Amino acid sequence: MPAKVRDKRLQSHSDQLPSGGKLQQSKPTRSLSRKRDEDASTEVGEGQDEWAQAKTLIKPPDQLELTEAELKEEITRILTANNPHAPQNIVRYSFKERTYKPISSVDQMAIHFSLDGNLLSLDSDEGRRQSARRATTTELAPVGSSVVETEEIEAIEESSKEDLLAAGAEEAAEAAETIEPVEAEEPSPQSAKEQKLTNQFNFCERASQTFNNPLRERACQMEPPPRANFSATANQWEIYDAYVEELQKLEKSKEKEKQRALVTKKEDKRRGGKLTSLESQSDDVTKVTKAAKIMERMVNQNTFDDIAQDFKYFEDASDEYRDQLGTLLPLWKFQYDKAKRLAVTAICWNPKYKDLFAVGHGSYDFMKQSRGMLLLYSMKNPSFPEYTFSSESGIMCLDIHNDYPYLLAVGFYDGNVAIYNLKKPHSQPSYKSSAKAGKHTDPVWQVKWQKDDMDNNLNFFSISSDGRIVSWTLVKNELVHTDVIKLVVEGATIEGPEGLQLHTVGCGTSFDFHKKIDYLFLVGTEEGKIYKCSKAYSSQFLDVFDAHHMAVDAVNWNPFHMKVFISCSSDWTVKIWDHTIKTPMFIYDLNSAVGDVAWAPFSSTTFAAVTTDGKAHVFDLSINKYEAICSQPVVAKKKNKITHVQFNPVYPVIIIGDDRGHVTSLKLSPNLRKMPKEKKGQEVQKGPEVEIAKLDKLLNLVREPDSKQAK
Amino acid sequence: MADTGEGKKEEADYKRLHSFPLIRHTDMPEEMRVEAMELCVTACEKYATNNESAAKMIKETMDKKFGSSWHVVIGEGFGFEITHEVKNLLYMFFGGSLAVCVWKCS
Repeated sequence: MPAKVRDKRLQSHSDQLPSGGKLQQSKPTRSLSRKRDEDASTEVGEGQDEWAQAKTLIKPPDQLELTEAELKEEITRILTANNPHAPQNIVRYSFKERTYKPISSVDQMAIHFSLDGNLLSLDSDEGRRQSARRATTTELAPVGSSVVETEEIEAIEESSKEDLLAAGAEEAAEAAETIEPVEAEEPSPQSAKEQKLTNQFNFCERASQTFNNPLRERACQMEPPPRANFSATANQWEIYDAYVEELQKLEKSKEKEKQRALVTKKEDKRRGGKLTSLESQSDDVTKVTKAAKIMERMVNQNTFDDIAQDFKYFEDASDEYRDQLGTLLPLWKFQYDKAKRLAVTAICWNPKYKDLFAVGHGSYDFMKQSRGMLLLYSMKNPSFPEYTFSSESGIMCLDIHNDYPYLLAVGFYDGNVAIYNLKKPHSQPSYKSSAKAGKHTDPVWQVKWQKDDMDNNLNFFSISSDGRIVSWTLVKNELVHTDVIKLVVEGATIEGPEGLQLHTVGCGTSFDFHKKIDYLFLVGTEEGKIYKCSKAYSSQFLDVFDAHHMAVDAVNWNPFHMKVFISCSSDWTVKIWDHTIKTPMFIYDLNSAVGDVAWAPFSSTTFAAVTTDGKAHVFDLSINKYEAICSQPVVAKKKNKITHVQFNPVYPVIIIGDDRGHVTSLKLSPNLRKMPKEKKGQEVQKGPEVEIAKLDKLLNLVREPDSKQAK
Repeated sequence: MADTGEGKKEEADYKRLHSFPLIRHTDMPEEMRVEAMELCVTACEKYATNNESAAKMIKETMDKKFGSSWHVVIGEGFGFEITHEVKNLLYMFFGGSLAVCVWKCS
């Protein structure tokens, strides 16, 4: 048993090795020791074998070999507490006795080795504190550590009480274990204590002082609501009188009404049914408009009977003696008071009603711009226009739709375009462009209806001197614009400030669309150039003709020949072109600015031109390709300038407009509408082919030698 | 004169004939006048025997509809001289024997 105890001590000593190894070592040893304690009584034999092995001592090689006698010899050694190395002769001076005296007590202690332990008694203050702290830190797993602690403590106890039994150690372990829960319980309040608690009453106050808004007093005195005084006396006779009076009044009014009713009834009877219509008529003229119109026309027919006769039947007999020359016979004159002194800026025949034509009034004088008028006259009624529309800005051009003869496209001086609907009684256009919706910035010089686009929307083109050619489409009651071409004068750029290249825009004044080739169109400009353009290319021209020296007033494709077009200009000339050849085919100088030129609808070689000196010129190239076959002053006064001319599509009549607002219709004498002479035995050929051939023949004369140009 | 004679003959119909509301004097706007008149008629018919209650009802209703401080006098015989706010006076007869005066003055 003592051996066991020693063993235990050894183990416990080993337990005191560096703390890192403690845990691992102590556990198995302890369990081992326990096991041995338990087994001690039962398995003695085994234990002896182990101890026998342990007795074999290892001798150091230099150990003295002693004989038996020497070994038995007793050598007494007295161990004293005195330090053999301590000096015994230390003296110190005594001031009292004034002599050196040896010091009686010398420190006998010698320290050979010192090691500060890190073991603490569990009961000591420090031990308690530490255990408490550890419990808080490893609250959840305190078992292991507490076991270690108890182990340590056990070791300490064992080392201090050397002769304790193994059972005692076990008791100690058990005791430690019993302590354990107590310790585990203890730290919980401590941990609660140590958690930082914010002091809810500890806060600081912050405040700042801002300026107060200055106060201002304001007061006003209201007028008291107006008051009035009223006084009366109410008593029975007053009330009675009032009622009686009222009743009398009522009766009287009733009687009057009765009388009235009677009278009206009687009158009605007297008048009969006829007069009721008369009464209503006085208020409403619209019911009789149609009748009135018929009446008006009948009266007109009577007044202008001779003119109507002329229009229908008169053929100038003198033509036969005049060789090839012809005359223009003035027929009706159209004028309207409200359009007085407003120049005729556009005229256009209605494609459906051959007697109806539209006249646009405005002003060509830049300095004298005023209102505009749109009038529609019928040849059946020369005294008064069929429709009148007035506008704020002068009208510069108009066109009537081919398929919808009640729709008029109009261009204004202020750059707007509009559509008038004759079916609607308003005096305002049905649709009008606005400054927001891409209107022109300069006067619109020409508008032209196009075929309906792919979505069957109405659309027309307009040209303006702002250099733009715009396509207007009527989409859901709104005019939508698309710029088709911007006219840019080639090679003419102005150096703007900061090196800006400003393109001078060409000022378009007229255009015409090819009858067959849908995309092809001609544009005449103020610079005198004529551009051949395509709707497909917005920035390029197909061709440029240096046509005139002044503004091109009109360009028109020949209605028969697909290659030929005519142009006129303020430089006094009219030129006929083949659009494939850069130079003109024919040039005619008319000795005055040419306002307008128009192809005749009945012949490919006939056209009319009007000049500002008041003359109308009619040419038939097949008769005379050098001079006009009719050149006739057609306005009343010399001052009046003729601005426009148009052929009636059916009748041999032209209408001309002047700058005083008059429109004159003129009949072409037979010589001016002469058809190819009938050859004997041959049927007269008619049709466009003939017309084309006729013009081609003429063109061929001038085509080959360029120098042979007609003049 | 014939009319008065007829009126005497119809003495029995006096009440029936003279039962309609007759506005004697007013400066109210059209809408207000119509409303006030109807209110007076309703009140007088409702409290045919108690003029005080009728007046109270008219006054309270008018206060609610057109703002406070209305005054109402109903009676068969009285004289008065009042100061009223302009456009807020109605003096009418009703039922052949009643005079109603409604005005506003604060």
